[in-house]
Amino acid sequence: MDMTGEYRIGAPRERVWKALNDPDVLKQCIAGCEMLDKTSDTEFSARVSTRVGPVSAKFTGKVELSEIDPPNGYRISGEGQGGVAGFARGGATVKLTEDGGATLLAYEANATVGGKLAQIGSRLIDSTARKMADDFFGKFAETVGQAEEEISGEAAAEDAGAGEEAASAVAAEHAPPAAEGGGLSPAVWIGGLIAVVVIVLIVVLS
Amino acid sequence: MREGGIGAAVKRKEDFRLLTGRGTYTDDIARPGELFAHMLRSPHAHAAISAVDISAAEQAPGVVAVLTGPDADADGLGGMPCGWGITSRDGTPMVEPKWPVIAQETVRYVGEIVAAVIAETADQAADAAALIHVAYDSAPACVQTARATEADAPRVHEAAVGNICFDWDLGDKEAADSAFANAAHVAALDLVNQRIVPHPMEPRAAIAEFDVAAAKLTLHCTGQAAHAMRLLLGAFVLNQPEHKFRVVCPDVGGGFGTKVPPYCEYAILCWAARKLGRTVRWTGQRAECFITDTHGRDHATKCELALDGEGKFTGLRVLTTANMGAYLSAFAPLIPTYLYATLFAGQYTTPAIWTNVKAVFTHTSPVDALRGAGRPEATYLVERLVDEAARLSGLDPVEIRRRNMIPADAFPYQTPVALLYDSGEYERALDIAVETSGWNDFEARRRDSEGAGKLRGIGFAAPIEATGAAPSAIAGSLGARAGLYESAQVRFNATGTVTVFVGTHNHGQGHETTFAQLITDKLGVPLENVEVVEGDTDRATMGMGTYGSRSLSVGGSAVDRAMDKIVEKGRKIAAHLMEASVEDVEFDSGTFTVSGTDKSTSIAEVAFAAYVPHNYPLEELEPGLDEQAYFDPVNFNFPYGAYVAEVEIDPETGRLSVERFTAVDDVGNIINPMIVEGQVHGGVVHGIGQAVCEQVVFDDSGQPLTGSLMDYTLPRADDVPSLTLDHTVTPCPMNPLGVKGVGEIGAIGAPAAVMNAVVNALAPLGVTHVDMPATSHAVWQAIQNARAA
Repeated sequence: MDMTGEYRIGAPRERVWKALNDPDVLKQCIAGCEMLDKTSDTEFSARVSTRVGPVSAKFTGKVELSEIDPPNGYRISGEGQGGVAGFARGGATVKLTEDGGATLLAYEANATVGGKLAQIGSRLIDSTARKMADDFFGKFAETVGQAEEEISGEAAAEDAGAGEEAASAVAAEHAPPAAEGGGLSPAVWIGGLIAVVVIVLIVVLS
Repeated sequence: MREGGIGAAVKRKEDFRLLTGRGTYTDDIARPGELFAHMLRSPHAHAAISAVDISAAEQAPGVVAVLTGPDADADGLGGMPCGWGITSRDGTPMVEPKWPVIAQETVRYVGEIVAAVIAETADQAADAAALIHVAYDSAPACVQTARATEADAPRVHEAAVGNICFDWDLGDKEAADSAFANAAHVAALDLVNQRIVPHPMEPRAAIAEFDVAAAKLTLHCTGQAAHAMRLLLGAFVLNQPEHKFRVVCPDVGGGFGTKVPPYCEYAILCWAARKLGRTVRWTGQRAECFITDTHGRDHATKCELALDGEGKFTGLRVLTTANMGAYLSAFAPLIPTYLYATLFAGQYTTPAIWTNVKAVFTHTSPVDALRGAGRPEATYLVERLVDEAARLSGLDPVEIRRRNMIPADAFPYQTPVALLYDSGEYERALDIAVETSGWNDFEARRRDSEGAGKLRGIGFAAPIEATGAAPSAIAGSLGARAGLYESAQVRFNATGTVTVFVGTHNHGQGHETTFAQLITDKLGVPLENVEVVEGDTDRATMGMGTYGSRSLSVGGSAVDRAMDKIVEKGRKIAAHLMEASVEDVEFDSGTFTVSGTDKSTSIAEVAFAAYVPHNYPLEELEPGLDEQAYFDPVNFNFPYGAYVAEVEIDPETGRLSVERFTAVDDVGNIINPMIVEGQVHGGVVHGIGQAVCEQVVFDDSGQPLTGSLMDYTLPRADDVPSLTLDHTVTPCPMNPLGVKGVGEIGAIGAPAAVMNAVVNALAPLGVTHVDMPATSHAVWQAIQNARAA
């Protein structure tokens, strides 16, 4: 499957930053997430229970960041094992651009699936993946405590791949400047965000 | 005609049981204390297995055993056997890699078993299987048939260089080349005969029991050939001697070829039952059967037909790449060879034919017999080429066939590709089909469709097949590793009823009725007093099973032979009872009479005397009236037909509908016309399904994408018109009943007829070929391509 999407993020930098680097927050935002660990600055691992159509399973996934080009983008790749349900693997290229006071996060993801997921679920995967991604961002925005009214009305996600409108708008502010001192660099928090997107797209669903 | 005898359209005896839910299918059988198996399957088409960690699964609730590939080796299990060997044209035997019952170092298709969990309940087995951790190192897969031999194609088996299993040819290449050198026209096509899934209604299932006291193994399974299953599993995989191994195939809900071969699951169950001393069962889910039932077809072919200036066929050349899948299923090598290329003469006098078949391994599900098995592929390419030849030479498709058909007075007819056709009146069937289908009025219907904005096409096909496998000596010389006779036992019971034991198997063909009709017709026993027993190695003496439309012509002939022995013995008993000389006793329809007198006695009285021998020639005759016969045919038999399909296409959407379908078949003598009609109906619908809907799709990594009925299209009622059927009767001279097979002919003729109609409909746009399946998208694409050209 190939999938593209775009999210406009307008949350206060510090809160988003912390949240995106807080495995507990991320875990709360991924439906069915049982475990999420940041194993290094560039690696995450996760375990998620979910279902795609008639296939339900526990997925265990690892995601790795590469081609890090702060603050312009990243390459993310990962693989998830769903046991008897099959597996998913793939990658995403993520680009960040400034958009007024906010930041646009655009991704192009591709993934291959195998086993029962491919055999039975292939026609259900795209829509399920989108729904899960949207659910994540919705929940994330809520969790980081950003008021819904700050969501700009036009903020929307677009899914060029399937030509469907998808994704909820996410309260966000423009990409933060590089942090000094006690903060993590944008490379890390954006990486964290992307990692979650990819966990959702690749590990959990695709 | 005797009531219920040969020619009577009686309703099927088995249908009361089957239609009222009283059948006994494998999954209906339950045993106290039985265990359940769950097969953990590879999600990868090609991967190395570096580790299989079963420790958590072994500790899971209810788990009795977890079996892996090394366990099978340790217990001395053999690989899954292949029943037919093919020799390549360079004289080397086919490459026959071991097919382990459970994968060991490498998995080679999605669905291959990597571990089997045996537990107290099915859910416990499935839950435990989810705890098994298999470390896979996945690798690129070889998927596409036509590209399997390319230099950079991933290798499926180390021993198969270029993924070639065998490289085989048949016919006279020089003669064929010479025909092409002198041809006035050459019709050439590149064809794909796509992979399809057999789809019996009932998924595969099995139960294995081991009687520790008797050291006897019993396997109930969804099979078409109980004795062959016993032989192949017992001798090659399990090392279980035949006298200690019973295989029962009870009611089976359809087979279509896919239930002939033994399967890894059955071997695993038998092994587990013997190892654990307990009953172990497994019923396949629809999803796992989709990818692990053997598939059918899957050829990529380049073919060409040479013609002279009068439209006579002078030569045929065929190059086929046939996909075997990842491993050799029991009869896979036979299908694209002796069941395929030997039919390339079709119904025609083509004098020079040469073919080369490369069988290849790929990282896909194994391929084996599917309704027609090789013969649909043969008829499809011959009949598509004939239509292309008609187009090139400007002849009507019916006229060009007429010019080339083997004349009725030429039989027996030796084709240039090994077969000796027994009988036929091909042009008569063609004439009836032309008349019945309204071939000559087509133009008016085409104009009507045109007026409604639709394209309409008509297509002819002249299918032929070889059924009644097989003359054992011939089959053996061509690579068969077993005989192909059939056995029957006809047992009169003391009260005059009859039990018939046959080595074939009934899974929709109506044997319980057809075989009973043979008894009724010859022995005069009422239909309701006859019981037919099949599919049990402890009851039927021997047998090779049901496939290749062989049951009636081989098994039925064995029944006929056994009845002859009954009559012969009965005459001696009757002579004693009537105090006459044996030479004077005649038998007809259940009654023995002394010729020239009014003295008579019924076969029921004779049977009673045989079992209650108070007044009986015991010094000359044994008691009992129970005879057995084997029948090994002297030749195949050759059913044929004349099919006409008519399709209508919406040029805007590509949507196609099969509007009319006429099938005129010759299957020799007909025992039960209603059953014959039902078999043709089923076959034609199967063939229409291949033509317009069905197709297995793998992605480039070998993942099956059409793995459920959401994504794989079977024909439905509204895809098929009401069929117009007719028949001619040319009795087969090769068996005592004069019958030919009927189970497959519809699936053999329909694809070519429908696709010829599709091409005919699109011909005004310049389309000369469309590959199956002619889905709306494929047709629409062909229209777009033609318009762009």
